Amino acid sequence: MPKGIPELEKDVKDKLEKVGIEMDKDKRSAIFLQVDQQVETSSSFASDIEMIDIKKALEKYDWLHDYYWKVVSRDKDEYTKEVDVDEVNGYFIRALPGAKVNFPVEACLYLKSPKKQKVHNIIIAEEGSELNIISGCASHPGLTTGMHLGISEFYIKKNAKLSFTMIHNWENNIEVRPRSAAIVEDGGTYISNYIIMNPVKIVQMYPTVHLNGDNATAIMSSVIVAMSNSIVDTGSRVIIKGKGSSAEILSRAISKGGTIYSRGDIVGESADARGHLECMGMMLSEEGSIIAIPELEAKHPNVDLSHEAAIGKIAEEEIFYLMSRGFSRDEATAAIVRGFLDIDIKGLPLALKKKIDEAINQVEKQLI
Amino acid sequence: MLRVVNLGAEVEGTPILDHVNLYIKEGQTYVLFGPNGNGKTSLLMTLIGNPAFNITYGKIFFKDQEINNLTTDQRVKMGMGISFQTPPKVSGLKLIDMLINCAKQSGTDQNKIYEYAQMLNMEKFLNRSLNVGFSGGEVKRSEILQLLTLNPDLILFDEPDSGVDLENIALIGNAMSDLLDRKKKGSERKKSGLIITHQGHILDYVDADYGVILYKGMIACMGDPYVMLDEISKKGYEGCVEKCLKGFQNSKRM
Repeated sequence: MPKGIPELEKDVKDKLEKVGIEMDKDKRSAIFLQVDQQVETSSSFASDIEMIDIKKALEKYDWLHDYYWKVVSRDKDEYTKEVDVDEVNGYFIRALPGAKVNFPVEACLYLKSPKKQKVHNIIIAEEGSELNIISGCASHPGLTTGMHLGISEFYIKKNAKLSFTMIHNWENNIEVRPRSAAIVEDGGTYISNYIIMNPVKIVQMYPTVHLNGDNATAIMSSVIVAMSNSIVDTGSRVIIKGKGSSAEILSRAISKGGTIYSRGDIVGESADARGHLECMGMMLSEEGSIIAIPELEAKHPNVDLSHEAAIGKIAEEEIFYLMSRGFSRDEATAAIVRGFLDIDIKGLPLALKKKIDEAINQVEKQLI
Repeated sequence: MLRVVNLGAEVEGTPILDHVNLYIKEGQTYVLFGPNGNGKTSLLMTLIGNPAFNITYGKIFFKDQEINNLTTDQRVKMGMGISFQTPPKVSGLKLIDMLINCAKQSGTDQNKIYEYAQMLNMEKFLNRSLNVGFSGGEVKRSEILQLLTLNPDLILFDEPDSGVDLENIALIGNAMSDLLDRKKKGSERKKSGLIITHQGHILDYVDADYGVILYKGMIACMGDPYVMLDEISKKGYEGCVEKCLKGFQNSKRM
């Protein structure tokens, strides 16, 4: 198993930084880097965090086969089938029972050659543990074609808390089709944040969270900016099966010429299931489109599900208001866009919040 | 400080100001009265440079410079400020970030922000999105707090007292007195103000030098603001205007 911090070329390093990957063992409790199909490093610096590449992990733990292809099914679609092959690689991250780690875990999938990257990840937060993951996915600058296919299966055990912040940074011609799903047990919390702000050919995904336990929580947030010729088709589905469990799906979408499908679906199947879905869109160009598709489904009389969706342009009234405090028109526009993208995510560790802010700062100038 | 000469303005092609003349000297505070829909807010918007309001004729001078073609932020950088009657909500932009920006503009010490926030009972709102979920009184206090940090030389107040309970009016009025140098001796006052008020409640806490009535887009009366308020409450605006304009040719246009 490759250990330690790998030597990286400067352009790779720069790109990784853009998706929150620092490769600094003083700031991370574990790191993982896969380039194409090759695992470059897979190291943990904390005794109660396991970080192993998936193939080794499957050899090491027999029981892991019970988690492999369990919440995502092999034959879900043509893309899951494509990943169900020998050459697949990926990471296994596990927080041991009761683990509380100060620093986040960092995992990066990097696409360097014009091929299909096939990834399968398993993440387990054992009972009572708290695990924070920064996941950065990026492709090499100038890569003319390529595809990223990734299966991720998340297991949040009793009273565990997992926050997973994924930042994508691709190129114009890259196709990205992750397939993710999570199971949350009693009292567990799953916080997922997804950020994409750079051009991409297409991202298409619809992760599903199963709140199987009672009093479990899922908070799914996405911040999406689609530039010209990009298609971003994403959303989250939460199926609430446990009593008193709750789901929140939040999205902020900005089209600067690209097409965004902002989906969301909350299914309430149990007593006292609560769910709220919020899709907000802003059009900054006459090209492109935003399609908000919020869905709610109640299968029990005692559920409380709501949604709100709104798409508009940047309000001239707000720009004028900020200008009356001395902002120039551009500064006012930037501050409003920045504010629009700023989702206040409860329970998100500061280091992860900082990564999101940095990603937003990078794109701010391109939006005006 | 401010000289408005023969100003005409329109919004979406509809005339809203008609030959308005106004001269506010350094250290003076004016009160702007007038019925709803007669151009008071429009005058403030035209002065601050809201792009929806077009000057059709006349000129605005601020600190002896013509500002007709300056954008709002340029006017603010020169030292104008405004408190809005109903400012928009800006979700995601925190009040504290707005205040830090205002402090940078004016060179105000950032430590002052907390002092001012405390004074206006707004500490709890510093980390909230600007005006989102604020009550009527909280919005007005937030406006005054922003102005304290921005520290302008000429301040336009659009109904700082509407929808505010008495306790908050005292709080706001006291801060406005500070902003407008009203606690200083007449000769030491540097700041100027123009205050729109309907009921005049705010005048119990901020004193003013002159009152003017804006009637059908024109300045119709000018005089002692307290006498004027008394007359308006007794005779109504029309009675007041009729009395003021007796013998003026212009009165036919009213």
